[in-house]
Amino acid sequence: MEYMRLNKKNMAVFIEELGRTCEVWGPVKEGEQVKYAPVSNATDMALDGFKNSTMSPKEIFFPQSEKMLSFRREGEDANIYRDEQAQPTKKAIFGIRPCDARAFRILDMIFKNDQFTDNYWFSKRDATTLVGLGCTEPCSTCFCTSVNSHPFDEKGLDVLVSDLGEHYLFKALTKKGRELVAGISVMREPSDANIEAHMVLRKKAEDVMTVQFGTDKVKDKTVLELFNEDCWTGISEPCLNCSTCSYVCPTCHCFDIQDEVSKEGGERVRNWESCMTWIFTVHATGHNPRPTKKERVRQRFMHKFKYIPMKRNGEIGCVGCGRCVALCPVNIDIREVVKQMNS
Amino acid sequence: MPIRTEKIRKVAKKLLNDHRVDVVIGYKKGTIPLKNIPYFAKNAEEADKLVWDGNCRGNLASYLSRFNDKRVAIIAQGCVSRNIVGLIQEKQINSDNLYIIGVPCTGMLDSRKLIAAVPGEITEVTENDLYVIAKGRGFEVTMNRGDVLSRNCDRCTVRNPVLFDELAAEKVNEQKDPVRYEKIKAVEAMSPEERAAFVDELLSPCIRCYACRDACPLCYCPECFVDKSSPQWCGKSQDSTDVLSYHLIRAFHTAGRCTECGACEDACPMGIKVRLISGKVEKEIRENFDGYEAWKDLKTQPPLTVFKRDDPQPFVKE
Ligand code: SF4
Ligand code: SF4
Ligand code: SF4
Repeated sequence: MEYMRLNKKNMAVFIEELGRTCEVWGPVKEGEQVKYAPVSNATDMALDGFKNSTMSPKEIFFPQSEKMLSFRREGEDANIYRDEQAQPTKKAIFGIRPCDARAFRILDMIFKNDQFTDNYWFSKRDATTLVGLGCTEPCSTCFCTSVNSHPFDEKGLDVLVSDLGEHYLFKALTKKGRELVAGISVMREPSDANIEAHMVLRKKAEDVMTVQFGTDKVKDKTVLELFNEDCWTGISEPCLNCSTCSYVCPTCHCFDIQDEVSKEGGERVRNWESCMTWIFTVHATGHNPRPTKKERVRQRFMHKFKYIPMKRNGEIGCVGCGRCVALCPVNIDIREVVKQMNS
Repeated sequence: MPIRTEKIRKVAKKLLNDHRVDVVIGYKKGTIPLKNIPYFAKNAEEADKLVWDGNCRGNLASYLSRFNDKRVAIIAQGCVSRNIVGLIQEKQINSDNLYIIGVPCTGMLDSRKLIAAVPGEITEVTENDLYVIAKGRGFEVTMNRGDVLSRNCDRCTVRNPVLFDELAAEKVNEQKDPVRYEKIKAVEAMSPEERAAFVDELLSPCIRCYACRDACPLCYCPECFVDKSSPQWCGKSQDSTDVLSYHLIRAFHTAGRCTECGACEDACPMGIKVRLISGKVEKEIRENFDGYEAWKDLKTQPPLTVFKRDDPQPFVKE
């Protein structure tokens, strides 16, 4: 039962049965945005014409502001740190795109090393089953095939779902995924034609997504060669140094820790931060090792396309979701940046 | 080639070839529909990439102060020219080194309005003075240009540049007495509770990327109040009070200075109508200071920066 089939008419049953074991999340429309949120029936989900969520789903495991601990000045527990991590709820997320699941894998590598594990990330991440949806109609801003991935990439997902029109075809990829599929009474064995249809969709999407740039020369050049390229001045000139690209990106993961204190006590909160900002690197002395736009812009692209691949066996730190391409206020297009890096 | 683009390239090439300026700040065609990218042409070949169309949103004046050691030409429509006047008045730029290529403007397109008006992803947009045509897989939609203008452009009364060295087209007719502040007036009429709920909802998608600030030519402080850490004026989390503080304080700083260019609103990745907040401040200035509109000439000082002995408000003298 590698593959199982679900008639779309049975989505309500699927959500109901899945909901008995965990919270079910899916893409939901909220004003102009699409985001992943808990759903209680199939009609809650904005699957019609669904491309991807506005913000990346990293916010589910790594919220923009996250309370870490709290303390009080007086009383029995004065000056004792209290762990403020909420108990993670078990959830299954339907509709995650393969690029975003791949980004989770990259963040898994980053939030863990041989000494430390970031429990804030992993407690929520481990309690989640990812039921991904292959992309049959990628956007013009998508470029996953240029960064070693593709619209039906399975890496990082627990289940890959293919939209066959009348049915969804479920391909369980992990133990968690197999358990999820096995727990649904309305799953049926697919026909050979269903599996064939899935293969055709997959092939079609891959064909649409032509490779838009290479990364071979970025790989071959040394860090210093790339670092000292002339291109950075021109690339950075229009940049506003806002944090839009970093905040919408599924792999950007920098944060800042702040103590929010009052008369009675306080809380320690970690908030997203961005290497694009001046304040990110300024020292207490006033010295800033990344004093101008050029250094900041260079950092973001070098991190994704050179530093992460160097440290993580060639894994590229960009998954090609195209959010930064679509949302950068001044149209700094990462595809054009990499083309220049790779020239 | 549209006439504005043609003229801009011609003027830019001449300025660069004659070594009158080191750089021409304008726009280049973007990589995706409905976007152009600010462009800094440094020779005649680069000047040939400059374009002018309904996607020259944002405000190029916000780049000017970074070029103070250079001789700069800038392409400026009505609102941008007013911001240049402001930057000169506030002594942020050196007008001796500046050449303004003025563009009488017919308004910029609201990309969100266009996206909302069509059934799929837009892959190509063409426009002329009257119509905008958006194409995508399986559709082609023609719209009246006037119906898809940015909210600030459709009520703009200063489309012709107020300060320029040369114009890239004939002057355009100015719009007279447009309807303004419909939404702001509706919010003013709400009860305090309703108003609070309205602002809460307006700002709830805010991710504090500060693109609205960074796109704005008024926000040139080397260190913004929101980034200061000693003292720290504003909390940094997603707490709604902190988010609101950022927006309110920034709006106050635009009082009597905002030219309604709409760069903040256009930059916002979440589509938040941030100008509903700064627009309220702008409305107060207009109503309380004889209809003042920021920086329409080099002489008139913004009301909040001058002291008059006969000021009708007593508090300034006390
Ligand atoms: S690249 Fe774009 S989104 Fe990123 S900081 Fe620069 S202006 Fe903002
Ligand atoms: S860098 Fe841009 S395209 Fe790449 S993963 Fe991040 S947001 Fe997506
Ligand atoms: S640009 Fe939009 S999301 Fe970013 S800080 Fe401004 S209002 Fe918030």
